[in-house]
Amino acid sequence: MAAPLLEVRDLRVEFPTRRGTLTALDGVSFSIAPGEVLGVVGESGAGKSMTGAAIIGLLEPPGRIAAGQILLNGRRIDNLPYEQMRHVRGREIGAIFQDPLTTLNPLYRVGDQLVETMLTHLDITQAEARKRAVGWLELVGIPAAAQRVDSYPHEFSGGMRQRVVIALALCAEPKLIVADEPTTALDVSIQAQVIALLKRLAREQGTAMMLVTHDMGVIAETADRVAVMYAGRIAEIGPVREVVKHPKHPYSVGLMASIPPLDRRVERLAQIEGAMPRLSAIPRGCAFNPRCPHVFARCREERPDLLETGPTRAACWLYDPASEKHVPAEGLHHG
Amino acid sequence: MAEQVVHVPDPTDFAADAHIERPHQGGPPMMVVEDLARFFDVSRPWLQRTLAREPRRILRAVDGIAFDIPKGTTLSLVGESGCGKSTVARLVVGLYPPTRGRVLFDGQDLAKARSDSTQRRRMQMIFQDPYASLNPRWRVRDIIAEPIRAFGLIQGAAAQRDRVAQLLTQVGLSPLDGEKFPHEFSGGQRQRISIARALSSNPEFLVCDEPTSALDVSVQAQILNLMKTLQRDLGLTYLFISHNLSVVRQISDRIGVMYLGRIAELAPAETLFVTPRHPYTRALMEAIPDLDMTGRQRIPVGGEVPSPISPPPGCAFHPRCPLANDRCRAEVPKLVPARATPGAIVACHAVEEGRDAG
Repeated sequence: MAAPLLEVRDLRVEFPTRRGTLTALDGVSFSIAPGEVLGVVGESGAGKSMTGAAIIGLLEPPGRIAAGQILLNGRRIDNLPYEQMRHVRGREIGAIFQDPLTTLNPLYRVGDQLVETMLTHLDITQAEARKRAVGWLELVGIPAAAQRVDSYPHEFSGGMRQRVVIALALCAEPKLIVADEPTTALDVSIQAQVIALLKRLAREQGTAMMLVTHDMGVIAETADRVAVMYAGRIAEIGPVREVVKHPKHPYSVGLMASIPPLDRRVERLAQIEGAMPRLSAIPRGCAFNPRCPHVFARCREERPDLLETGPTRAACWLYDPASEKHVPAEGLHHG
Repeated sequence: MAEQVVHVPDPTDFAADAHIERPHQGGPPMMVVEDLARFFDVSRPWLQRTLAREPRRILRAVDGIAFDIPKGTTLSLVGESGCGKSTVARLVVGLYPPTRGRVLFDGQDLAKARSDSTQRRRMQMIFQDPYASLNPRWRVRDIIAEPIRAFGLIQGAAAQRDRVAQLLTQVGLSPLDGEKFPHEFSGGQRQRISIARALSSNPEFLVCDEPTSALDVSVQAQILNLMKTLQRDLGLTYLFISHNLSVVRQISDRIGVMYLGRIAELAPAETLFVTPRHPYTRALMEAIPDLDMTGRQRIPVGGEVPSPISPPPGCAFHPRCPLANDRCRAEVPKLVPARATPGAIVACHAVEEGRDAG
């Protein structure tokens, strides 16, 4: 396996508040290889967007990285001064956000926004940047790109705007893209077009991608590996097929089972009882223990780290041979 | 009441076509919708319009749809943003007056039913955003009791309190939760409160506008299971609005697929998923990312939903349709029973002519 492009080691993000410090991310570690798409899933508040924001250096204050390291090509980027990070962001890491309307500056023509980004980060002339801007718009599938380059963002529909945002994230040719819910605001037929585009770009440009979404279908179609997050930690990480088809962590098992199937009707969907804890009330031991159907004494006392389960790694004591309770040989079933 | 239900079948009327399905379902219709339309005037102000010599701009949000919902069943309307599904939800509960057509609620004209509080309490609505649809300054018990008080259903504070406690239990919350304020609850719990409020007037018909779209998938499963249980226990009739086909499959008896203000296809749920006929229905199903990762090469439908202010002539789907021909570009297709698919009605020239085979 190639050396990782992005490496996140033991990342911890804290929010100081009047009532004490909240830990939003705790001990998050993963890596992404060049050309690889890592999906990050989880419920709202699980910390998936926070992880993306920490990587691109855009944590909302008062949030701050309290411990851990983020390395891009072996170089630490979590402690860079603002101006240096600004250069990394755009040139080396591109960002795509959920809402294409707020990402684009409504007062500038889309072509000018692309040209400005390229002139900031690449050593090229104005004329060359303009030529490339048209090229990027064509690449992301905007019809009549040569004319549309002079349009304003409001003149594009939602799906077209998201394509412009993708072009903007790609135009400085970053090695890594952090895409936070890039298709959530889009209709399903447009979503399919955008997914196809992202896949093609990852393949053709060799760009690595961290794809944050709550939609397992999008992950299944796009990602190579997937990380399932719960209450600020990674519950399970592994190849996408394994995590979707043979999840090991009881939370991943419940999450996959609760997705309504498209190909059949079920009388009753599997559900995980209860709700994810708030950051201020994360239980002792494993954060999932109050909702876990397999809970045993150790889960209430000690917090598990990611353990080998075969193809994936899961933060669950069931997979530690030293625990008093083991995973049954036939694997976990929901309910 | 019976004589009001009688309506003269007219072979050119969409509603008459919709009746073909009725033998498949049990009860009499809770709701009948005939040629329903709602237009919005989105013109600029008169002076600007006159100076710029612009014509009026009319947005045809819903343009002639018909369906009926037998008692105790669920009809779902699916489609992408701008297809008019939420406008239909608001029309059938009377939040908008229709531009054309009519809505019969249990055999009675909707306008008449809405003016009578004993009828009005029989229908309720659940909205998409559980953060916006609950008053943040009211305690949950007051939110839930409001319809009880407004309709004067239960007299006496103690009896009302008991009823609220019973409703909270019914939706899977604790009676003690009534003392709290909405901000103390998560999205899924708030949606349970919305459901409890809707149930408090003992309704028979619930209009649910994207009730799970703002929720996480594991919470969505909880709410869908709750809605199914309530339907079974209370005999509720649902009009369910959603953009999510896999959710709709779990909850519906029949499904209408909408495109640009019209119904493209209306069929029993299983029929629609096993043999989708309209090219748009097929495209929608094709576009859903699938968990099975079969690696199938999908051909996403190109283009986007056109503007309902200037819809394309003929069939509104023709600019994106692989089967479009000259007739599709000129003539609006009518909803007619699909060949070889009993129970399905489809508005497509290609299906009607048998051009969609193969």
